Amino acid sequence: MNELAALSGVSVRYASGGRVHVGLDRVDYAVAAHETAAVIGESGCGKTTLGRTLLLLQTPSEGRVHFAGEDLTALSGAALRRRRRLMQMMFQDPYASLNPRMTIGETLAEPLVVHGMETWRSAQARVAEALAMVGLAAAMQARLPHEFSGGQRQRIAIARAVIGRPRLVVADEPLSALDITLQGQILGLFRRLQESLGLTYVFISHDLPVVGRIASRVAVMLGGCIVEEGPTQEVFSRPAHPYTQALLDAVPIADPAAERLRQAREPSSPAGRPAREARAQGCPFVQRCPHAMAMCADIRPERAEVAPGRTAACWLHRADA
Amino acid sequence: MTAALLDIERLQVRFGQTVAVADASLRVAKGEAVGIVGESGSGKSATVLAAMRLHPPGASVTASRLSLDGHDVRTLPDRRMASLRGGFAAMIFQDPLTALNPLMAVGRQIAEVVAAHRGLRGGQARAAAILLMERVGIGDAAVRAHHFPHQFSGGMRQRVMIAAALAGDPALLIADEPTTALDVTVQADIVRLIRRLRAERDMGLVWVTHDLALMAGIVDRVVVMYAGRVMETAPVDALYAAPRHPYTVALLASLRRDGVQAEASGAPVPPGGCAFAPRCPARMARCDTAPPMLRAGGTEAACWTLAA
Repeated sequence: MNELAALSGVSVRYASGGRVHVGLDRVDYAVAAHETAAVIGESGCGKTTLGRTLLLLQTPSEGRVHFAGEDLTALSGAALRRRRRLMQMMFQDPYASLNPRMTIGETLAEPLVVHGMETWRSAQARVAEALAMVGLAAAMQARLPHEFSGGQRQRIAIARAVIGRPRLVVADEPLSALDITLQGQILGLFRRLQESLGLTYVFISHDLPVVGRIASRVAVMLGGCIVEEGPTQEVFSRPAHPYTQALLDAVPIADPAAERLRQAREPSSPAGRPAREARAQGCPFVQRCPHAMAMCADIRPERAEVAPGRTAACWLHRADA
Repeated sequence: MTAALLDIERLQVRFGQTVAVADASLRVAKGEAVGIVGESGSGKSATVLAAMRLHPPGASVTASRLSLDGHDVRTLPDRRMASLRGGFAAMIFQDPLTALNPLMAVGRQIAEVVAAHRGLRGGQARAAAILLMERVGIGDAAVRAHHFPHQFSGGMRQRVMIAAALAGDPALLIADEPTTALDVTVQADIVRLIRRLRAERDMGLVWVTHDLALMAGIVDRVVVMYAGRVMETAPVDALYAAPRHPYTVALLASLRRDGVQAEASGAPVPPGGCAFAPRCPARMARCDTAPPMLRAGGTEAACWTLAA
């Protein structure tokens, strides 16, 4: 695998109110150049923290973050800033991440100026080019964010992410604020840009159908850990971890007869908060797992290969258990 | 014939110059579950808020009929309306944190509704509230009743709001995007709960949503709204098997396939034309005049293609 970005043994811990909150717990993760990877899981599972740490927007408490063969955690100051141009983050709500008092042209030119690639004056051509890439007219650069629709703002957020010609884009729920008829258009735009600019994507999402449409690989997170990872189609058709199964069982089906049947079925695992109490030593899914065994509460299973290119952290798949 | 639970005909809701609902009609029969689906700004929430007389002050509401349980919502005295609301018809919202009082223990909030609509007092109302919390699947209800909204998870908070909505034993529950903010596994639990409560109480349901897949398993009939108008209304199976309005077709296509969208002209339509025409691949010259609701089998759609 031609690895572009990776976490090795990364933990993120926050101290708050005298207690230590674990955001990531000894996570290993890698994304290959030019692929579209996705990270899924429920709220609070650590997926956003993983994305931020991959870009070193969050400093790990322990472990290493690699990008293009370099250890970013060993860099600082100007050296790190130079790498930042190559790694961009996109957020769920483009309106909240656009400065309401800056024109779109200024917003787009700013990263180029900050990184010393252009002056405010010389950036014009690049701004027009970036707007064209996302399907907006060059004349729109004089407008303010509130003058755009939700779909257009998402296009602007994409233009800002790619204008500095990054190699990696981490997009946190980039479609969830959009109406369903717009989602397809924006997905198409992400694809075209990936081809023309050679981008690598990490999509952070709770929307499994969308992930199934765009991502070639998927990592499933729970309680700050990756519990399963592999090619999306294989993971979605034959999940190895009971938590992945529970997530898939909860996805609605756009067919009345099938969806009525699905809703009438009892869930394989009851929903609830991630079992933070059990996290310290046991499996983070133990309290909701229909297959839980005595050892699951005491010993956390390490992630291990369950099929070529696929891993899962579950005692059901460990021959040595 | 008994009165419909909810009967709306030719509803229009305006905020000054802005038209939130241009023309909406819908009827919910006893025990029936009706889904209202549409994208943001389609007028689906404004429609149900007007029906409950919960629209913001300053909005102008007109209709040829607007009734709950046979009572005209527009002329009912405030006190009668207040007792209908929460009694005959109750509403749950997307965000329980804004709907619940953050400074009052949840048991007391539910007991207040019980007191207002069932005339129970003090200890009896509190006991009824605890029973309701148990009914909606809140474990350890007697203890949890003393907790405040922020001490509950998102899914549990939604259950608290549902318990409060059930406190008046409503014949109609109006749910406005009740699971949108929840994780899918928690969403599945809430849907299961609402299905069970409907079955137990023969309760009518209006399910307002943008999620066509989830709605497919919950409702009997669907009303599709776009730009403040009803575009199509059909039994749920017919809608998914044979959508008639090009907008419904586009909605289902974007759910099922990969952004393959038929070409539309994008050309603006003159005032009084079909609102969907600029995005419609089936646009004709007559679309410059808005079509009436036309019938085809059990389906009605506001589209000239049904007149052919």
